[in-house]
Amino acid sequence: MNIPKDLYYTESHEWVRVEDGVAYVGITDYAQDSLGEIVFIELPEENDQLTQFSEFAAIESVKAASDLNAPLSGVVLAINEELEDNPELLNEDPYENWIIKIEIEDDTEINKLLNAEEYANVCE
Amino acid sequence: MYYDKLIFEISTEGRKGYTLPTPEIKRYDLPETLLRDDCPGLPEVSELDVVRHYTNVSFKNFGIEKGFYPLGSCTMKYNPKINQDMSNLPGFTSIHPYQPIETMQGLLHVYYETQRMLSEISGLDTFTLNSYAGAHGELVGLMIMKAYHESRGDFKRKKVIVPDSAHGTNPASATVAGLESVEVKSNKDGTVNVNDLKAVLDDEVAGIMLTNPNTAGIFEKDILTIAKLVHDAGGLLYYDGANLNPLLGIARPGDMGFDIMHINLHKTFSTPHGGGGPGSGPVGVNKKLVKFLPKPVIEKHEEGYTIDYDGDALTIGQISHFYGNAGVYLKAYTYLLTIGKENLPNVARYSTLNANYIKESLKDVYHLPIEGVCKHEFVFDGLKDKSTGVKTLDIAKRLLDFDMHPPTVYFPLTFKEAIMIEPPENESKQTIDRFIDVMRSIAKEAIENPEKVKGAPYNTVVKRLDEALAARNPIVKYKDLLEQ
Amino acid sequence: MHKYLPHTHEDIKAMLEKIGVNDIDALFAEIPKALLNKDIDIPSSMSELEIFDHMNHLASSNKPLIPFIGAGAYDHYTPSIIRHLIERQEFLTAYTPYQPEISQGTLQYIFEFQSMITQLTGMDVSNASMYDGATATAEAMFMACAQRRKDKILVSQTVNPNIVEVIKTYARYKGIEVVMVAEKEGITDLESVRLTLDSETAGLIVQTPNFYGNIENYSEFKATLDEHKALFIINQDPSTLGHLKTPRAWGADIAVGDCQTLGVPLSFGGPYIGYMATTTKYMRKMPGRICGVTKDTDGKRAFVLTLQAREQHIRREKANSNICSNQSLLALFVTIYMALLGKKGVYEVQQRSIDNAHYLEEALLKLPSFEKVYPQPFFKEFTLRTHLDIDTMLKKLEEKGYLGPLPLRRYANDKTDLVTFAVTEKRSKKQIDEFVSILGGLS
Repeated sequence: MNIPKDLYYTESHEWVRVEDGVAYVGITDYAQDSLGEIVFIELPEENDQLTQFSEFAAIESVKAASDLNAPLSGVVLAINEELEDNPELLNEDPYENWIIKIEIEDDTEINKLLNAEEYANVCE
Repeated sequence: MYYDKLIFEISTEGRKGYTLPTPEIKRYDLPETLLRDDCPGLPEVSELDVVRHYTNVSFKNFGIEKGFYPLGSCTMKYNPKINQDMSNLPGFTSIHPYQPIETMQGLLHVYYETQRMLSEISGLDTFTLNSYAGAHGELVGLMIMKAYHESRGDFKRKKVIVPDSAHGTNPASATVAGLESVEVKSNKDGTVNVNDLKAVLDDEVAGIMLTNPNTAGIFEKDILTIAKLVHDAGGLLYYDGANLNPLLGIARPGDMGFDIMHINLHKTFSTPHGGGGPGSGPVGVNKKLVKFLPKPVIEKHEEGYTIDYDGDALTIGQISHFYGNAGVYLKAYTYLLTIGKENLPNVARYSTLNANYIKESLKDVYHLPIEGVCKHEFVFDGLKDKSTGVKTLDIAKRLLDFDMHPPTVYFPLTFKEAIMIEPPENESKQTIDRFIDVMRSIAKEAIENPEKVKGAPYNTVVKRLDEALAARNPIVKYKDLLEQ
Repeated sequence: MHKYLPHTHEDIKAMLEKIGVNDIDALFAEIPKALLNKDIDIPSSMSELEIFDHMNHLASSNKPLIPFIGAGAYDHYTPSIIRHLIERQEFLTAYTPYQPEISQGTLQYIFEFQSMITQLTGMDVSNASMYDGATATAEAMFMACAQRRKDKILVSQTVNPNIVEVIKTYARYKGIEVVMVAEKEGITDLESVRLTLDSETAGLIVQTPNFYGNIENYSEFKATLDEHKALFIINQDPSTLGHLKTPRAWGADIAVGDCQTLGVPLSFGGPYIGYMATTTKYMRKMPGRICGVTKDTDGKRAFVLTLQAREQHIRREKANSNICSNQSLLALFVTIYMALLGKKGVYEVQQRSIDNAHYLEEALLKLPSFEKVYPQPFFKEFTLRTHLDIDTMLKKLEEKGYLGPLPLRRYANDKTDLVTFAVTEKRSKKQIDEFVSILGGLS
């Protein structure tokens, strides 16, 4: 299972990359593997206000459905529209294909996220 | 030759498949403003076109009359022809639901007697036949559960306890009825863990939903203890009738302490599944819950049967437009008369005998996770030899090549490679022995030539399908195909 | 030995030996003794001959009447071949199409059904059918509430009261508030919609032709609802869609109704079949089965259940609906019906209903005992005021073999002298004339 060292994680299998006050959010390799062939993603809208650990999107595979939870609070700066037409990109490379960008509201929330090592334990 | 045409693809302009009498009444034109400005794109075909088309389409299906159908939890028993003939009598099919009561006493008798016989068989007081399907019955049963607590001013009881081995419909029904499902882990054999149950029983529990025997075919031997615990906590017991077959004439959910249940007439009482309906999901309740049953209510009096459209003041309300699927309960009624009191226990006994026989005959090559006696069905967890990489899905698909319907697969979710086998009572030893032979030959083939099994099926009209393609790019009508 | 139970003594003995127990009862040993062997009061097994007699007796103790009533169950013509085809064992005895390789028959006709329903309604996508029109309408309410994340629904007073009852039952337990919208001159009052609508409203449910038979006009409804992002749900008899403007043309987000009117026999109220169709936008919120097209590993066109992530067996407690199956065999029934009638027949057959209904209305209005109530156009069902004693009228008609109109007194205190007639293409001029002359004799 691929768990890059430089990212933060949630117990519900989202990853976060923090760059200059902006958080890129996606699903982990473990998540895409458990879901199987991803067929649809329901994205939020730009400027939606998200709260840490609350639902912001829904993802569907052939045999499963799952809600995605926001790792951090903040406003949605951008959504990855390419995923609407090609949700299978999340299977192909889950870390390259971010789902949303959030403007981080509160840096201290990052402390509630997991590092790669802690997340690896969750996946066991 | 594989027939792959859609009815639209054999349409020829100008053809028709119906006749009407010569008009005797002058034409009346509706106001233009209310009319559609195009013509619905329905096909134009002759009667023979239609007959040939649907006959050829039918050849692409697998019915019970073709071969063995051991689908776990679905009870695919033989659908007797006499049931069909009786339900088709014009004296039943031509009756409008709002006819005067005295002109439909025969139908009301069938309704009343069917629900009465179900009460006798299940040990519950009264049934409604108004619910259309198993899931519909669950919803109605849970509405009754909620209404009961609310009628006592107990509004905080919202929790419905559901074992993790339960079908997904149970938690979905709870949500739709405005309740919350709470999952409890089951023992390895799928039975309720009494200690875990105790931990979740509090004054917010509305009730528990159980199938008994459970989805692994194991009878809940602590059922009397469970019933007492739930009742003492103020909750009610709901019986999901999916697995009633092995208890017919043997033991009754009502006596076990269940307060509410639904029965699937299309499972236990031989009415056809019809490729996914129409079914019928009668709901039975014990005495203290009768007044919550949905309206209308069919009643028996000395002078005959009547329909009470308003029901009791405490009724959950109306849940169907009329009185349920009469065409279905007419078939179940005919079946009950045919089987009769003396044969009913043999339905339970022979289905249980068949299941145990298959289990013992195959457990050396398939992994049996729960040892011991089962009821009418049981679960294998894939092949015993896992080294071949052959999965349950492959075994199911390979069975298709031998003209057998596969068992239920990947359910219950508590076993990763679940194969759930239910051989109904009307299957003979010869049929069952052939199934055992085929299952053994597949296990052997999995070792000798695993790729062969993984590539199955070979003899079906289509091979394995790309389900992801269908979901990513939904083509859900003929017009989508044309536009592609 | 019974004809449905094939095991001989030898079979049983051999099977028990394999299992390693002495008798079948040993297989039930874990069941607490206190639960076993209760006496059950059901009849003894009957032979076929006895059952024929018994059932024929029961069937003949029902008295079929010639209906001039509808109210959700209409006496339409059923082409003879439909029953022969749907009773082919391949269709009748098959399970739900979970194994697509051996269920292409079921899946194909579901696809054809969806195609025909979308053609009739003008909507983008239809599911594989629902239990009946009333439950389909209640499910449409769930869908609207889930989509809008609101828990208030408006329902027009002109919707069939039985459908309203079902909506209210479903709503009550789910915690949805149902607000009735007033009628005006026998159709939904747009002004009342405007007054009732607010930002908490998930949608509006209307019916056309409505409970009184009147055809509703939904000009401006969509724009009004859009102001509050409320969904527009139209319940429409599909047999009227050869003629009438489609739900899509009125701007409906969800179309529902009962396909009983597509030739399904009256059968004491069931089995019937509901339909539900929506726009692409809401496709993934729709309950029930949906069949789609895909390819097999050889690239051959094939059909498969799709978008299953919506459904209860995957979503479990998060599902918007608990519906599992559909009315599959009835979907085949109406698919064959629509194929036989085709694009011309669906119009021509219902034109006869329209002609017959208007002929009857004209004749009744010539009698002194009936008068017009609503100034609205109607299809095959219409409501009149009568000065006759309704019970006497119904009794008299029954004696002559007719099932009279539906009295509205049961549904509304201000409609005690109103009755609703329905006339289909099946009624001959002779029957209508006789029906009128019986009523004329009472005046």
